[in-house]
Amino acid sequence: MSPIIQGLLTIVIGVGGCVGYFYASNLLLDKVIFPVQSKNPGKNINRANMVRPWLFLFPAMFALTLYLIYPVVGSFYRSLFNRSGDEFIAFGNYVSLGQDPGFRTAFLNNFMWMLVVPAASTFFGLLVAQLTDRLKWGNIAKSLIFMPMAISFVGASLIWRFMYANNPDIGLLNAIRFAMGATEALDVLQVQFWNNFFLMVILIWIQTGFAMVILSGALRGIPEETIEAAIIDGANPFQIFFKIKVPQIMGTIVVVWTTITILVLKVFDIVYTMTGGNFGTEILPSYMMSYMFRDDGRATAVAFVIMIIVLPVMVWNIRQARAEMK
Amino acid sequence: MDNIAGTKSSLNWAVQISVILLVVIWLIPTVGLLVSSFRDRDAITNSGWWLSALPVEQNFAVKAEGEPVSKDGVNVIEGNVFGEGSGTVSKFGGRRAAPDAFKAGETAELTKGRTLTMQSNGDYVYTSPAEIKRAPSVYFAAAQPPEFSMVNYETIMGSANMDRAFINTLTVTIPATIIPILIAAFAAYALAWMDFPGRGLLIAVVVGLLVVPLQLALVPMLKLHNAMGVGQSFLGIWMAHTGFGLPLAIYLLRNYMVGLPRDIIESAKVDGATDFQVFTKIVLPLSFPALASFAIFQFLWTWNDLLVAKVFLPSNSESWVMTVKIADDLLGSRGGDWGILAAAAFISIAVPLIVFFTMQRYLVRGLLAGSVK
Repeated sequence: MSPIIQGLLTIVIGVGGCVGYFYASNLLLDKVIFPVQSKNPGKNINRANMVRPWLFLFPAMFALTLYLIYPVVGSFYRSLFNRSGDEFIAFGNYVSLGQDPGFRTAFLNNFMWMLVVPAASTFFGLLVAQLTDRLKWGNIAKSLIFMPMAISFVGASLIWRFMYANNPDIGLLNAIRFAMGATEALDVLQVQFWNNFFLMVILIWIQTGFAMVILSGALRGIPEETIEAAIIDGANPFQIFFKIKVPQIMGTIVVVWTTITILVLKVFDIVYTMTGGNFGTEILPSYMMSYMFRDDGRATAVAFVIMIIVLPVMVWNIRQARAEMK
Repeated sequence: MDNIAGTKSSLNWAVQISVILLVVIWLIPTVGLLVSSFRDRDAITNSGWWLSALPVEQNFAVKAEGEPVSKDGVNVIEGNVFGEGSGTVSKFGGRRAAPDAFKAGETAELTKGRTLTMQSNGDYVYTSPAEIKRAPSVYFAAAQPPEFSMVNYETIMGSANMDRAFINTLTVTIPATIIPILIAAFAAYALAWMDFPGRGLLIAVVVGLLVVPLQLALVPMLKLHNAMGVGQSFLGIWMAHTGFGLPLAIYLLRNYMVGLPRDIIESAKVDGATDFQVFTKIVLPLSFPALASFAIFQFLWTWNDLLVAKVFLPSNSESWVMTVKIADDLLGSRGGDWGILAAAAFISIAVPLIVFFTMQRYLVRGLLAGSVK
C-alpha cells in the first residue's frame, strides 16, 4: 500500500474514529447507562455529568500517558541496564558517562549554549521589538526577521554552511575576511572552541524572531500612562526603555528566556548537520543521538540527564500556571 | 504616541537605519541560498553569489581557424572570435601570458612583425609577414552575462529521489497535523468548561509535559512500537507526532477556550444543550483561530522535524523525508555539490515559508496565547 493512500486512510480513520468515539460514548452515556427517561432523571443527569469530562479527556490522557509520561519512567528504567538490556547495572551508565571526556565536552558545550543562545536571542528580539514598535513598516521588518522560524534546523544549517564555506567565492564570511586582507580561507567550523559559537549563531538567527514576536506583544501591552508620565517627568528614550518598559515586561522576558533554554536542550539537528559532533562541538542531544541504536542504555541515561536539567523549569512553569488559575 | 515630546527626528533616523541593517543581516543567508540554487556548480565556485547579478569578465582563448589569404605581401586571417554567437570583447591579446593587454579596437604589435586587431564585436584581423603554418591562438576577455537556470532543481527532482522525499514529508505531516487537533480540542474543552475533581491537577500536568524532552521517548516508544507490531513505519511516526504535539495543543486550546464569553455557553446550557452540543456547535467554531494557530505550529514542527523521523521511520531510502534525505544523504554523497544542496534545501523550506507568510497572523496569535499568559 502506497504511503499516500495509507496517509489518507489514516486521516479518515483517525478523524472519523475520534468523532465516532466522542459521539458514540456521549450517546451511550446519555441514553443507555444513565438515561434521562427513568425513575430519577435528576440523579442520572448528575451522574452522567460526572462521567462526561473523563470521556472528553480519555483519548488525550491516554496518548499523553503513553508518549510522555511512560517514557520518563521507561527511559529511566532502561538506563539502569547495560547495552543489550539484559543485565542490571544500576547507575553504571551514569558512572561511565561521568568518566567519558566526550560527555564532559558535550555537557560543557551545552552549558555554553544555554548561556549564550537564550541571552542573545532575547537581546536581539527585544532590540527589534523596541526598534520596530513605532515604525510604519515595522510589521514588514518583523515578518522578515521572524521568517527563519519557518525554516527547519536542517535547512538553516545548510543555509549557514554556505555562509561559512571554506572558500571566499562561496562563503560570505571568508569573502569578508579576504576583503579585509586575509589571504587564506578559514574553515570556521574547525576552529576549536570558537566553532561552538558559529553554530550557536544559527539557533540565535532562528529564535530571535520568536523572542521578538512575544516581546513585541508584551511591549504593546504596557499601559501608556506609565510612559506618558515618564515623558512628562523628562525621561529620555533610553530611560523610558530601561527603567519603565523593561521592568514591566520582565515576566515575559523570563518566559522567553526559559523557553529558548529548553529548546537548546532539544535541538540536535544543527550540530548533527554542520559538524556531526566533530571538532569539539558535541552537545547533549547530539551526543545522545550518537548512542541511539548502538547503546540504548547510554542513550537513555543521557536523555535522563537532559530531563533532570529541565526539571527546575518544569516545576517553575507548573507553579506559574497554578498561580494564574487562582 | 507618534508625536510625543522626546522622540527626536535624529533618533528616528538612527532607528530606521538600524532596523534596515538588522533586516538585511537576517535576510542575507536565506537570499544567498536562494540565489545559489539557481546557479550551476561552476558558477557557484567561480564567483560569490553576491556578485552573481553582475556580468562576469572572463578570459577566453580561441584558435584563429580561418584560411590564410595573401594580401599585399602579408598573410592575413580574418574571423570572429564568437563564431556563430555574439558577445562583447573588452580586451584582447596575442599571448597566453597577457590575454588582456590591449583594448578592443586597438592594433596589437606582436613579435616578428605580426599584428592582431580586434573589434569589440569580436571581428579580428591577424597578419603575419611569414607563412602561417598552424592556426595561431588569440586571447580575449569578454563579459559573461549573469546566468541563472533551473538545472539544479531539475537534477534534484529527477535523479536524486527528492520527489519521493517530498511526498514522504507530506505524508508524514498531514495526518500528524490533523489528528491531534480533534483529540486535543475535546480535552481542552473539558479542562476549560467542565467542572470535575482533579481538573487543576490535570492542567498542571499538561503544563509540565510541555517541557518534557522528546529524547526520553525515543528508546522506550520505539521498543513499544516494535512490540505492538507497528515498528518503524508511517503509522508509528503519526502516532508519535500526535503524542508529542498534544501538550501544546491542549494548552493553547484551553487558554483560548477559557477566554470565550461565559454567557454564550451558559445560556446554551440553560436552553438544554448538552456538553457535546455546546462543544461542537459553539466552542469549536468559535475556537477557529486557536485551532489554526496550533495547526500551523504542528505543521511546521512535523515538516521540519529530523529527530522523530530518524527514529520512528525506517532507515531505507524509500522512507526518507526531506530533512533526513538532506542531512544523511545529500550532505554526505554530494557534500561538494553546492548547487544541488541549495536547490534541495530550498525545496524543503519552500512549503513552510508559504504557510508562514500566508498564515502568519495565526502563528503570532498562537505564540502570544501560549507564552504571555
